[in-house]
Amino acid sequence: MSLNYFELFGLNPAFNIDLTALENNYRKIQSTSHPDRFVTALPAEKLQSMQIATTANEAYQTLKTPALRASYLLSLQGISATAETNTNMPANFLMQQLEWRENLEDAKAEKNMGMLESLLAEMQVEAKNLQADLVDLFDTKKDSAMAMEATRKLIFIDKVYADINKAIEQIEN
Amino acid sequence: MAYSDKVLDHYENPRNVGSLDKNDPNVGTGMVGAPACGDVMKLMIKVNDAGIIEDAKFKTYGCGSAIASSSLVTEWLKGKTVDEAYAIKNSAIAEELALPPVKIHCSVLAEDAIKAAVADIKAKKLAKVAA
Repeated sequence: MSLNYFELFGLNPAFNIDLTALENNYRKIQSTSHPDRFVTALPAEKLQSMQIATTANEAYQTLKTPALRASYLLSLQGISATAETNTNMPANFLMQQLEWRENLEDAKAEKNMGMLESLLAEMQVEAKNLQADLVDLFDTKKDSAMAMEATRKLIFIDKVYADINKAIEQIEN
Repeated sequence: MAYSDKVLDHYENPRNVGSLDKNDPNVGTGMVGAPACGDVMKLMIKVNDAGIIEDAKFKTYGCGSAIASSSLVTEWLKGKTVDEAYAIKNSAIAEELALPPVKIHCSVLAEDAIKAAVADIKAKKLAKVAA
């Protein structure tokens, strides 16, 4: 039976994880499965070590990124946070999304660096608050429905955050 | 990935972008979002007492297909009854715009926005009757 991403790194499935342990265990697996150690190995062993390295890499990236970790936790419960058939989000959150998007468009058009940076800071606060909510919802309350909603919000916030960064880079270049 | 001509046309010349007066008792609003791509869609419809949609406006942040899907439905909605609007299927939108399979969810978003707007105006009109 294959291990889930948490088990792979010896972690309990939770939103609040020990990031240092994750990092250390990831490096351990990477070093034992590194292709350099399998130069003289049999093809089957080479293949196996490569698969382990690939899985460990994917698992590490997933658990390291809060929104991906939350989505993965939900998927372990058979829930898809990004199901394409689910477009239902709280109206006030969507109104706020539109507002942020409009502000981003305006700031981009005006090349207003100050406005972009304050938007970016706002997204950081939002993301931090949602991550605190996710610890509570996943680890304490074990409320999957609310955890899914918060996860979906965090995915939205991350997207706006990435788009703001892109706009900043474009102006800087 | 290449967009179809129809998607490009709606993307470059979107129809009916904007808002209607949300305080107008004849205006219904539908808001939906898709976290997978971070798309947000707001659709507003103005419905007369006969239940016919007189005007439709949209505001969408998302990819070209999401914008084209919402632009197209605002054209389709005008002159339809709310029940006809409610019956619009995402497959019809996807077919009209020749959306590739990975962009079908954009048409789902547009269908759900219509349904949300119709539900909103029906609730508003019911509240008016009850008042």
